[in-house]
Amino acid sequence: MFEALSDRLNDIFTGLRGKGTLTERDVDTAMREIRLSLLEADVNFKVVKSFVARVKERCIGAEVMQSLTPGQQVVKVVHEELLATLGEAARLELSNTPPSIILLAGLQGSGKTTTAAKLALALRKQGHHPLMAALDVYRPAAIDQLISLGKQLNIPVYSEGSKADPVQIAANAVQEARKNANTVVILDTAGRLHIDEAMMTELQHIEQRVKPHEVLLVADAMTGQDAVHAAEEFHRAVSITGMILTKMDGDARGGAALSIRQVTGVPIKYMGTGEKTDALEVFHPDRLAQRILGMGDVLSLIEKAQEQISEDDAKKLEKKMRTATFNLDDFLNQMRQIRKMGPLTQLVELIPGMRGAMKQMGGAPDMNDKEVKRIEAIITSMTRQERQNPSIIDGSRRRRIAKGSGTTVQDVNQLLNQFKEMQKMMKQLTSGKMRLPKGFPGK
Amino acid sequence: MKNLFRRRSTPEVTEEEREQIDHAVQKTKDGVFNRISDLFRESVITEDTWDELEELLIQADVGPVTASTLVESARKDVEREELHTSVEAETALRRHMVEVLGSDEHEPLEDMETGTVILMVGVNGSGKTTSTAKLTHYLQRYDRSVYLAAADTFRAAAIDQLRIWGERVKARVVAHQQDADPSAVVFDAVKAAQQRGVDFVIVDTAGRLHTKFNLMEELQKIKRVAQKSNPDARVVSLLVLDATTGQNAILQAKSFLQTVDVDGIILSKLDGTAKGGVAFSVYNELKVPIWYIGTGEKIDDFAPFNHLEFVNALFETR
Ligand SMILES: Nc1nc2c(ncn2[C@@H]2O[C@H](COP(=O)(O)OP(=O)(O)O)[C@@H](O)[C@H]2O)c(=O)[nH]1
Ligand SMILES: [Mg+2]
Repeated sequence: MFEALSDRLNDIFTGLRGKGTLTERDVDTAMREIRLSLLEADVNFKVVKSFVARVKERCIGAEVMQSLTPGQQVVKVVHEELLATLGEAARLELSNTPPSIILLAGLQGSGKTTTAAKLALALRKQGHHPLMAALDVYRPAAIDQLISLGKQLNIPVYSEGSKADPVQIAANAVQEARKNANTVVILDTAGRLHIDEAMMTELQHIEQRVKPHEVLLVADAMTGQDAVHAAEEFHRAVSITGMILTKMDGDARGGAALSIRQVTGVPIKYMGTGEKTDALEVFHPDRLAQRILGMGDVLSLIEKAQEQISEDDAKKLEKKMRTATFNLDDFLNQMRQIRKMGPLTQLVELIPGMRGAMKQMGGAPDMNDKEVKRIEAIITSMTRQERQNPSIIDGSRRRRIAKGSGTTVQDVNQLLNQFKEMQKMMKQLTSGKMRLPKGFPGK
Repeated sequence: MKNLFRRRSTPEVTEEEREQIDHAVQKTKDGVFNRISDLFRESVITEDTWDELEELLIQADVGPVTASTLVESARKDVEREELHTSVEAETALRRHMVEVLGSDEHEPLEDMETGTVILMVGVNGSGKTTSTAKLTHYLQRYDRSVYLAAADTFRAAAIDQLRIWGERVKARVVAHQQDADPSAVVFDAVKAAQQRGVDFVIVDTAGRLHTKFNLMEELQKIKRVAQKSNPDARVVSLLVLDATTGQNAILQAKSFLQTVDVDGIILSKLDGTAKGGVAFSVYNELKVPIWYIGTGEKIDDFAPFNHLEFVNALFETR
């Protein structure tokens, strides 16, 4: 659905190649694509405007205009600007005199309670003695949820039930932490709307009462245009010191984070990447930048693969992709594995440049059960030799295979074409045109 | 104006209850008609008018591609019909948008046969459990009985959350232990409901990101089991979509549609400033209609969806 910006820009600039230098109008065409791409990634409208203006200014500079690969140059500029806007991953700033107090705030359903537990676990791993406090007295069973997570992790939870006042609970929790020599207190507050005055006032009172060292806004990576309004209001009410971006294990492009960062200036500190309590990572600006660009977050792809298949298999898969030494047997295997991992189209969208190649193939193959079975039937009707060296499959062999698999010659042709295209893509991957990032398994 | 949010008035709905529905709806209704696009008040339509209009749609999360398509079509209408005044243009655009959304008539849940199973599906934190409670309350108003199936056996205290709501709305909650097989819970709930002639079973499933293949398969299994435990039952799937969601909602809807054949959407959290405009694109691209809206955390903050109202709300400026 979303076309990678780099693919689009390459399309534009291919048409312009041989023209010598670019005109400002050419650059404008590119800027329109960038604008579209960012909007599709849920970057806020106003943020997109100022961002594109900055990129344009840099692009009009000689370095891009006269480059032989203007498409890539523009992407590079965009990427750099994104990184500059996203800023470095920031660490938590805890107090020298314990306990440090961390207040979590955010909209309903953004993931505060789960994040509280993740943060507590991460801090304990760093040698802290965390205490979690249940301040969400409103949502049914929110307190039970935190208590249950505490039990699971063996981390203490302070709560006073759902009749108590959250401000008082916060103050008492800090007392409790002092008494028990806890080094960090994590306050899990109720989700609230930024326009709910009473609830925002409550948050202010909590802040004034316990003077937290960190006030972290927990924001959902899937949020749309409205993210900035919510963030601005939270920032106005209680000074936010950092952001945690949740649900990054999905396929949202996460443009909201860029907007929030730009508008509030608050650094992103962590990202949540799963439902389990250890799925919390230090923020990687580069990965988010790539995602926003739709350039494919190859690391996410690998993570996804690892979730489903063993590391060993993942390495093999990667190696085959990299060296393009796979044959039709591998093709079938991969197809089965990929099917296990999720719809192929989705995975393909995570791989740089793949989208363009897929388009040339007439769209990604539909990987439903029937399709897989059909392909399976065709491949298993081939001889071993044919599977390993598909180029020997001539007309009469195709007819035989079609007959043997109960399909048509067109089906067989289609499969072989798909396979050829895939091989081509793999070659491109190795030719260095599409670089795999550091840390790619097997590197 | 009050009738804009379509609802069936039945003898069972008292005046007091009606007021509650109005209250739920009011939050999204405030000011809609007065605040419609100041830009159209200007008498002459200029290039800027269209640009600003497109911006408005994008800011409501309609998405850049759909927004530009819509504006282009409206432009054509205006040219073809030789409209000159801003008011005429405004009407043309809104009419066009409402048209794109098709009909907002769907078979009302409250009229469905006894034995119907409703699956509440969606990503984490979208509002499934709360909407389950609200929908229960809504159906009870039509004198329909409801059992609840606590099929979120994964998230900590999710079962307790549903139990508390179950007590509040006085609906029986069928639950197993934490980490139990959700399909087994559904099986028991459907069987129990069938035995006692209960009208609906609403299944509160665990939140899942649509990209997790195994979890989506689990959902498919839940649906299969629901159907198997009562072959005569109709199984309805409702996708609970958070109105603050951006363009990712389209991918979400697509996956859930492929997995459990989503019948309708509950658009939750419309009480904030988010417009939920992506639901427009979801309908436009996938033809999954919006059935209900959620406008708060209370049991009454729930109402049937009305197209015209929604389209108007998208134009509302902050
Ligand atoms: N403001 C607002 N909050 C809602 C609405 N629906 C649900 N919520 C809140 O969103 C959060 C997540 O809801 P929940 O039903 O637990 O989501 P689930 O994880 O999908 O079951 C809770 O804090 C709810 O109170 C709504 O329409 N408006
Ligand atoms: Mg739930």
